[in-house]
Amino acid sequence: MTTPSQTVGPFFGYALPYGDGPRVVPEWRPDAIRIHGTVFDGAGEPLPDALLEIWQAGPDGEVPRAVGALARDGHDFAGFGRCGTDAAGHYWFSTLKPGGPTPYIALLVFARGLLKPVITRIYFPGEPGNAGDPVLAGVPAERRDTLVAVREHDRSYRFDVHLQGGQETVFFAV
Amino acid sequence: MSDPHPPYLHPAYQSTALRAPSQPLIMPAYGPDAVELSSPVFGHAELGTLDNDLTRQHRGEPLGERIVVTGRVLDASGRPVPNTLVEVWQANAAGRYIHARDQHPAPLDPNFTGAGRCLTDDEGRYRFVTIKPGAYPWRNHHNAWRPAHIHFSVFGTAFTQRLVTQMYFPGDPLFAFDPIFGSIADEKAKERLISRLDMDTTVPEWALGYQWDIVLGATPTEDS
Repeated sequence: MTTPSQTVGPFFGYALPYGDGPRVVPEWRPDAIRIHGTVFDGAGEPLPDALLEIWQAGPDGEVPRAVGALARDGHDFAGFGRCGTDAAGHYWFSTLKPGGPTPYIALLVFARGLLKPVITRIYFPGEPGNAGDPVLAGVPAERRDTLVAVREHDRSYRFDVHLQGGQETVFFAV
Repeated sequence: MSDPHPPYLHPAYQSTALRAPSQPLIMPAYGPDAVELSSPVFGHAELGTLDNDLTRQHRGEPLGERIVVTGRVLDASGRPVPNTLVEVWQANAAGRYIHARDQHPAPLDPNFTGAGRCLTDDEGRYRFVTIKPGAYPWRNHHNAWRPAHIHFSVFGTAFTQRLVTQMYFPGDPLFAFDPIFGSIADEKAKERLISRLDMDTTVPEWALGYQWDIVLGATPTEDS
């Protein structure tokens, strides 16, 4: 009896994104990290009308139960972020690195032309747990890198999303 | 149970051609984990008290047919989902979105933005007061028109249940011509996107009422 999905369409930009949506924590926090990237289609063109949402554990590895994702107070960690892509297809989040042996951030992507969202995971490079992670191990080796962010400098990571094509990001059936 | 959702690739909806993933989706070993099976928590204090009334966001009243849209958010077992965030957005009565890229030459309404949100109550119920949206043209194919619809975004209790969809109105003659509505193969599943005129929801002398329940999907763990 599940209600079927329909596309988010092109005209959500005035309704779903909100001021502090990408700012899971303020950028000035010394422990803040930046995750950013570009969303591409199968022709390699950036999507100016995608919506990305992240949801993640806190630095303690626990699922956040604090409210405050819509109205940020700068202190409690609510674990949820939302960002629409800009004209160049770019998105960003300021957040905290999740804890645990194999930290990852869950990522949903909505867009015009996606009749249902795609869901994936942003893993972090150089984590000792990655090598033994059963989820990463279950992905064909040649596509595994699409799930791992690229470290740019100490507190910044790049994670591009390719919806289709040779570099297609691994999406999960969950 | 067959998948009620549309496929990624539906050629009649042209934007799917370059955006639909072409590789098979992968089931994570051991299924979704604790993060994916949980959902953000939203609090009443984060929302404005009038966020669910799209007719009272400006100085004057919007033009068009005032309606009440209400229903329940339910999980796959039919249990209500309380305190979950429901967001809506829509065109105005003339079929025009306030969005900057909407180029349809129909009038904007200075008294209508067309966006609202609320948290479900203890029984999983949401309620919006709004204006019935108009049909509008789009450029998918020659003479393409969308049936009147309200966009809905719902969270539920798991990130994997996250649902964005569109609610339609009963008896819309455009259903047969719309590749987005038509992307759903199963006729019964299509019907679940159509609201029902409800005289108990209708407020006499004031607004027609529509009922529409939203049923979230089971997670793979629940299925097994």
